[in-house]
Amino acid sequence: MKFQPTKEGYYGQFGGAFIPELLYPNVKELEDNYLNILASEAFQKEYKDLLQHYVGRPSPLYLAKRLSEKYGATIYLKREDLNHTGAHKVNNTIGQILVAKHLGKTKIIAETGAGQHGVATATVCALMDLECVVFMGETDIKRQAPNVARMKMLGAKVVPATSGSKTLKDATNEAIRYWIQNPETYYLIGSVVGPHPYPDMVARLQAVISEEMKTQLKTQTGKENPDTIVACVGGGSNAAGAFYHYLEDKDVELIAVEAAGLGVNSGESAATSQLGEVGVIHGSKTILMQDEYGQIVEPYSISAGLDYPGVGPLHAYLHETKRAKFMNATDKEALNAAYELTKIEGIIPALESAHALAVLPKMDLKKDQVVVINLSGRGDKDLETYINHLEE
Amino acid sequence: MNSIKKIFKEKSQNLLSIFFTAGFPKLNDTTAIINNLSSNGVDFIEVGLPYSDPLADGPTIQHSSSVALDNGMNLEVVFEQLFSIKENNKTPLVLMGYLNQIIKYGEHEFCQKVKECGIDTVIIPDLPMIEFENHYQELFKSYGIVNVFLITPHTSEERIRKIDSLTEAFIYVVASASITGAKGEISEQQIAYFNRINEMNLQSNLIVGFGISDNKTFTTACKYMNGAIIGSAFIKELDENGVNKIDSFIKSIKNC
Repeated sequence: MKFQPTKEGYYGQFGGAFIPELLYPNVKELEDNYLNILASEAFQKEYKDLLQHYVGRPSPLYLAKRLSEKYGATIYLKREDLNHTGAHKVNNTIGQILVAKHLGKTKIIAETGAGQHGVATATVCALMDLECVVFMGETDIKRQAPNVARMKMLGAKVVPATSGSKTLKDATNEAIRYWIQNPETYYLIGSVVGPHPYPDMVARLQAVISEEMKTQLKTQTGKENPDTIVACVGGGSNAAGAFYHYLEDKDVELIAVEAAGLGVNSGESAATSQLGEVGVIHGSKTILMQDEYGQIVEPYSISAGLDYPGVGPLHAYLHETKRAKFMNATDKEALNAAYELTKIEGIIPALESAHALAVLPKMDLKKDQVVVINLSGRGDKDLETYINHLEE
Repeated sequence: MNSIKKIFKEKSQNLLSIFFTAGFPKLNDTTAIINNLSSNGVDFIEVGLPYSDPLADGPTIQHSSSVALDNGMNLEVVFEQLFSIKENNKTPLVLMGYLNQIIKYGEHEFCQKVKECGIDTVIIPDLPMIEFENHYQELFKSYGIVNVFLITPHTSEERIRKIDSLTEAFIYVVASASITGAKGEISEQQIAYFNRINEMNLQSNLIVGFGISDNKTFTTACKYMNGAIIGSAFIKELDENGVNKIDSFIKSIKNC
C-alpha cells in the first residue's frame, strides 16, 4: 500500500493539511468521517446506483482501431466523455454530495476551471435539492460560456474570481475564503488537490475508472492489466482515477501528460512537474510553479482545466518516485490531436483530454502494446476554440 | 525572554498592535511606518510579508499585498529594510507570512535572517499546529523564534489548551469566524466567546484580531482581552493618507 497516504495525508513528503485554524473544524470533521462514510453500505448502494442509472456507468472501453493503426499499437479509449455532464468530474461530485448529505450539510460551494466540475457540482446539487455556489475565474467565465450557462440553468450561483490571473487558482482561493467565512458550507473540491483528506477522497471516488478498466480489459483482451495508461494532469483527478487500481502493479506504465502551453520553457506553460518546486498551495504540500521568492506563478494553457500551478500530492509523489512518467503537450499539439481523433474516430475530445492523445506520436509504441487513454471529457465546451483554430 | 512576552510583563492591559503589509503603499515605506507607529506608542507591530495567494486575508489586505508585490517587495528587500532599523527600533516586531515563501527561501535561512533582524516572533496562518510540532518547533527553537497560534470561536477547548501549552508570546484570538476586514461591532456572541476563553484561565496572553477597526471596537475588545490588533483599518488609512497621518489614526484608536 505504498501509494496510500498516511494518517496525516502524506504521500512521501507531499500532502498534509496546511490550513488556517479557521478551517480546522471543517477539515477535521471530514477527515474523521470520510472513510467510514465511503465504506458504509448506505453510501455504496446509493453511489453505485447513481453512477449506473444517472451517470451511465460503466463508461465504455473502446478499441480505437484507426487510431491504433495509425500509431502502431492497440489503443483503447476509456470513454469518460460519455458520462452525464460530459466528463469524469461527475464521479467525484456524486460521491461528495452523498458525503455532504451524510454530514448534514445543506449548502455546497465549489471551484471550477473549465467549468466541468462546476457543471457536475451544480448538477448533483439540483438532483439533491441543495444550494450551490460556484467560484470561477473571470477569464474562464469568458472562455467557457456554455458551461456558465449550464450552471445557471441548473440553479447554481456563479461567482467570478477577479484576483490574480482570474483562473482556476484564483477561483480556488475565493472558494476557500468563502468557506472560512461560512464554515457551515461543504466545500466540494473538484480534483485531487487541497488539504487532506480531499486528495485521497477524490482519488477514491475517481477510482471507479480503473476499477472498470480492469474488468473491461479482462473481457476484451483476456488480461486485467494494460501495458500503458495515459491521462492528462491539471490537478490530476482523472489521472488519479485511471491509475488508482494499477498503482501497485509496476508492470503497468503510467503516463501523466501536463499542458506545456506555448512550450515548457516559453514562460507560458502549465507543466508543473517540469517547472515547479516543493511548496504549499491550497492546503497541500506539493510541487508548484513559483518564482524565486515563493510567489505562485500564473500558469498558462489553452485548456482551462489544465492551467493549475500545482498538482495533487499523489502525482507529486508519483513524479518524485518515478512511478509515473510525466510528459507534456503544447496547445498546438493538443489541438492537432483533437482534430485527428475527430476525423479518424468521430470523437470530439475535450481540450484537456486532447493533451493525453497528443503524446501518442512521441511514444515508442509496439504493435501489441495495449495502451489505455483516459478520454476524460467531451469537446462540446471547446467548440469555439476548435472552430477558431481550425481556420489557422 | 521573548520580546513580546517582555512587553506583557510591563503592561498587561489595552495593548495595541498594528498590522501592515511591507511594501505598501510604497516599497520603501516600511521603516517610516514602523518608526511612526513606534513613536505613537503602539505596543508591538506586525509586519506582513506580501504573498500572491493570501488565503486567510480579506480584500483590503489582498489588495495591499498585490500592490506591494508590484512595487517589487520580496523577502530580501524586507529583511534589508528591517535590518536597517534594528538598532534604533525599540518596538518589538512580529513577522506574519504564508508558509510557501518560507519554504522557498529555505527554512533555516529564513530563521537566520529573522534572528539577524532582531525579530523573535512569527505568525504563519497556514501552518497548523500538527505541522508545527512535527516539522518546525525544534527549528524555530534553535533560532530563538516563537510561533503565534490563532484560535477561533470554533476551536475546541481541548485544542485551545494544547495551543496554550505551546504559546510563549500570545494567542491570537480571532474575533469571528471570518477572514480579515470584516466590519461592524463586537457582538454579544463574540463577548460570550471572549468570556468562555477567559474562564479557561489560560497561561497565555490574549490578543484579539479581525474586526477591530476603531476606538469603540478596540476598547470593547480590551475589556475582555489583553489587547487587540488592527490590520485592515490601518491598511485603508495608509491607502487614503499614506504614512503622514499615522499619528492621528493611532490617537483616534486610543482616543487620546
